[in-house]
Amino acid sequence: MAAEESYPDELRYHPEHDWARVDGDEATLGITWYAQNALGDIVHFESPEVGITIAQGESYGEVESVKAVSEVIAPLSGEILAVNGKVVEDPETINEEPYGEGWLIRVRLSDAGELDELLDVDAYRKLLESL
Amino acid sequence: MQTLRRTPLYERHAALGARLVPFAGWEMPVQYAGIAEEHRAVRTGAGVFDVSHMGELRIAGDGAHEYLQARLSNDLDRIDAGQAQYTLLTNDDGGIVDDLIAYRRGPGDYLLVVNASNAETDHAALAETENVSDEWALLAVQGPEALDRVGIDIEPFTFREDVDVLGVRCLVAGTGYTGERGCEVACAPDDAVRLWDAILERGIVPCGLGARDTLRLEVCYPLHGNDITPERTPIEAGLGWACSLAKDFPGVERLRREKEEGPAEKLVAFVMEDAGIPRTGMRIEEGGTVTSGTLSPMLGSSIGLAYVSAGRSQAGTELTVDLRGRPRRARIVPKPFYKREEG
Repeated sequence: MAAEESYPDELRYHPEHDWARVDGDEATLGITWYAQNALGDIVHFESPEVGITIAQGESYGEVESVKAVSEVIAPLSGEILAVNGKVVEDPETINEEPYGEGWLIRVRLSDAGELDELLDVDAYRKLLESL
Repeated sequence: MQTLRRTPLYERHAALGARLVPFAGWEMPVQYAGIAEEHRAVRTGAGVFDVSHMGELRIAGDGAHEYLQARLSNDLDRIDAGQAQYTLLTNDDGGIVDDLIAYRRGPGDYLLVVNASNAETDHAALAETENVSDEWALLAVQGPEALDRVGIDIEPFTFREDVDVLGVRCLVAGTGYTGERGCEVACAPDDAVRLWDAILERGIVPCGLGARDTLRLEVCYPLHGNDITPERTPIEAGLGWACSLAKDFPGVERLRREKEEGPAEKLVAFVMEDAGIPRTGMRIEEGGTVTSGTLSPMLGSSIGLAYVSAGRSQAGTELTVDLRGRPRRARIVPKPFYKREEG
């Protein structure tokens, strides 16, 4: 079942429709409800390897639906600590729970200052309204 | 900016929450509930597609049969009134201008159903025909339960006119693009909403062009513009069976020669062995190009069609697909990927 549209208050958002849940010097990353809805049924997550370093604003993987492929943009820079094996195995988890079981990777942040560049939920909702 | 055309069912699609996209100059539903769900509905039950964007050309009268016989690849002498035939329109080099279905209504009376994107080109190449696309709405009702649900009994590649379908006067044909039993139902545009509503009331699932594409790809029906183009011949595409090389039609000499000598490249079906979904235009490292690709909802694996050199086109041959810079292994398999159970 597809999820209802939602944008949790506690997350920080990148304009390319990615979210970050920051916990100390670590963060969990994923794509927003808007992004998964635009893609449709997601059938593949081209995941990065644990241990590599990703950079804010750059692609670290791809999510594919039957019809389309989209790059996943890193909202923050850091070293990848974990890749969500559940979404690699069952990519539709991203459609079902984009903010819960459908998270993509966990990173150790390399620059906490980057957080200031992300949007809060109100700013992200404003961005969506303008699309 | 180009204005997109809308079928008589546009309001219905919008009300159902369909995702509408530009396709061949039309604003068409790509999906309603989701491609995979709609795909499975057609494989296991029944689905309905609005394909009113497709073009219809008509020709009737003295010489109509001979006119088409000299311009289409398949042999129209092999069908009688009430029968339909898959055939190709070719250019002087034997390239495929379009693939279409010819419906023979009488000895010298034909209706051609052609791809929406090629209707104008086909009409120009077949100048004696009349473009009657605006006189028809077309619905495809497909799936193992399709005929039962709409109360129609029709054999594959036959058709009947002036049939009452759920209260609407229709032309009913045993054709489709999904590999399932079913029918295509043509009616006057003003009756289309009534017919669509009656079909949905029978519990038939509305399906978009997304599922239409994954369904046809599983059964290896080529898509014009992707798998077959004016630069590719029927022999390369494995459509020699739709060409009567004993008669004359545009490019036939080239096709005879190519059949004799063997084509340089062939259209093959392949399954990905590594992760990732092949997409149109991706390069095959051993030589060749992907023309279609998707994740097969029935197989659960990624599938595609590609032109590869004839010497490397046998089933079982390994391929390497360049997936946006990443080499990924695939293997050629016999066509089709999916075959419905007979019954």
